[in-house]
Amino acid sequence: MPGQSFLQRLAGQIGLYAAVACYVAFALLPIYWTIKISVTPPDLLYSEGIRLWPSRMTLANYASVLEATDFPRYFLNSILVSVATAAIVTAVASFAGYALSRFRFRGKAMVSLVLLLTQTFPLVMVIPPIYRIMGQIGLTDSLYGLIIIYTAFNIAFATFLMQSFFDGVPKDLEEAAMIDGCTRLMALRSVILPLTLPGMGATVAFVFTAAWSELLFGLMLINSESQKTFSVGLLTFIGKFAVDWGQMMAASVLALIPVCLFFLFLQRYLVTGLTAGAVKG
Amino acid sequence: MTAFADDIAGLQRQADRRRWLEPWLYLSPALVIIFTVLIVPLIIGIGYSFRKFSAFRSEFVGLGQYRTMLGDPVLHGALINTFWWTVWSLALQFFLGLGLALLLNRPFHGQKLVQGLVFLPWAVPIFLTGLTWAWLFNPLIGPLPHVFHAIGLQAEPVTILADPATAMWGPIIANVWFGIPFFAITLLAARKSIPSELYEAAAIDGASPWQQFTKVTLPFLAPTIAITVMLRTVWIATFADLIYVMTAGGPAGSTNTIATYIYVSAFKSLDKGYASAIAVLLLVLLIAYALIVIQMRRALLRDA
Repeated sequence: MPGQSFLQRLAGQIGLYAAVACYVAFALLPIYWTIKISVTPPDLLYSEGIRLWPSRMTLANYASVLEATDFPRYFLNSILVSVATAAIVTAVASFAGYALSRFRFRGKAMVSLVLLLTQTFPLVMVIPPIYRIMGQIGLTDSLYGLIIIYTAFNIAFATFLMQSFFDGVPKDLEEAAMIDGCTRLMALRSVILPLTLPGMGATVAFVFTAAWSELLFGLMLINSESQKTFSVGLLTFIGKFAVDWGQMMAASVLALIPVCLFFLFLQRYLVTGLTAGAVKG
Repeated sequence: MTAFADDIAGLQRQADRRRWLEPWLYLSPALVIIFTVLIVPLIIGIGYSFRKFSAFRSEFVGLGQYRTMLGDPVLHGALINTFWWTVWSLALQFFLGLGLALLLNRPFHGQKLVQGLVFLPWAVPIFLTGLTWAWLFNPLIGPLPHVFHAIGLQAEPVTILADPATAMWGPIIANVWFGIPFFAITLLAARKSIPSELYEAAAIDGASPWQQFTKVTLPFLAPTIAITVMLRTVWIATFADLIYVMTAGGPAGSTNTIATYIYVSAFKSLDKGYASAIAVLLLVLLIAYALIVIQMRRALLRDA
């Protein structure tokens, strides 16, 4: 930038990197600690509690999690539920968000209010009624039941999010396309969707992680080992035995891996900044 | 001639009908799912708040549960705790999240890697977040009490979770850690959709970085900020898992919020009726809050 001395720029750069380092340290501290505990032998757990890294390392916790428990199955169940929920919610919420962003119609304020309402009540309130309804239609102890509930609970937020992303795309763009002979759906697909891809990426990421870490409904609805999701499975460690910290931390480190991969994949939709580029070009 | 006019009018009506139907067509999948899975159970749940449940039966008690609520000192304390828990969690999450979004919007070495790392807390399951932070605060096995002691925040390295005066900060810090990525991701995505010409024009006009922030960035982010802050407030206020895992509402009720109180009433005392009545109170408070924020957002959009 002109008018700035070399020293000012240097100070700005140092400040930038220092701030970034603080954020990274804060974000990683608990995750680092989880990894550390997962490789600490049980006899050193308390005696070396505050050391940054244990004097001896063990992978026994990981081996027992993978071989002696049902965790591999819990992982698969969680992945199935989270991917299905994220896909359905993003599709449904994109249409709903588009309608709220682009149309004026009677009842619109009412729709927003109803969506908001679903975000304002404590989940515990609907657990007894939902449990009864799901039992009557045979969806307790089923991953499909979980997908339906997670979908319902995430739609409102995802719709608001998509609405705000659609609001950010100038209306002139699709109007121009429609004057050029596109139908609304064609305009939506070829003009609007590419511009809102970063927003959709963010929506997918939010819904996936929300479904991935949900505990309450999983705990209420799932009974059999074969249908347990990851968070419910982790709790059996606390419930059945005292608390096997080493195994629990090893299991949670393993559970972090799919989410890490997912985030790496989504990064590019968040980063590309397609909107600015397209509007400019 | 009249037949022709009728045709035109008919076509017009048809077009009107199509235009009227179109938004509802896009909205229908979302609305159907929400009504069957959430609204119907919600209404049933409100019905529960007028009943008293015991082991095998329930009876209609009218407003009895609400009368009990008025004279409940635990609920009074929980209301105050909920207020501070929500205000501090939200304020810290928002400002740290906004700061992170603006940092990540600037180019620097390792930017992509950093972004992946700082968003990671969002992916950590909530009850695991609670357990890990409880460990970090534990002086036997965690480092934090020793850090607090060394920089003079604490006279002795003890867990802050056992002291009623400081216990609430434990779940608040864990909540902030978990929630920063939420604001960072949404605000970063909104920031990226601001056309860069606006900044170029502002720079040509001689605007300082601070002026660019207040005159360009903030007004463009305002609609997203209003929505995310509103939804986040509601989530935090109804969010019981984290506190429940870390302190279970203790010590001496110092971290008991309305949400954890509902948990306890619903599961420990088995009276779904009283739990539902408290939930209705929370629902009314949050809807009032949400309506105020929506009005403010509308005013903001009108000005912009």
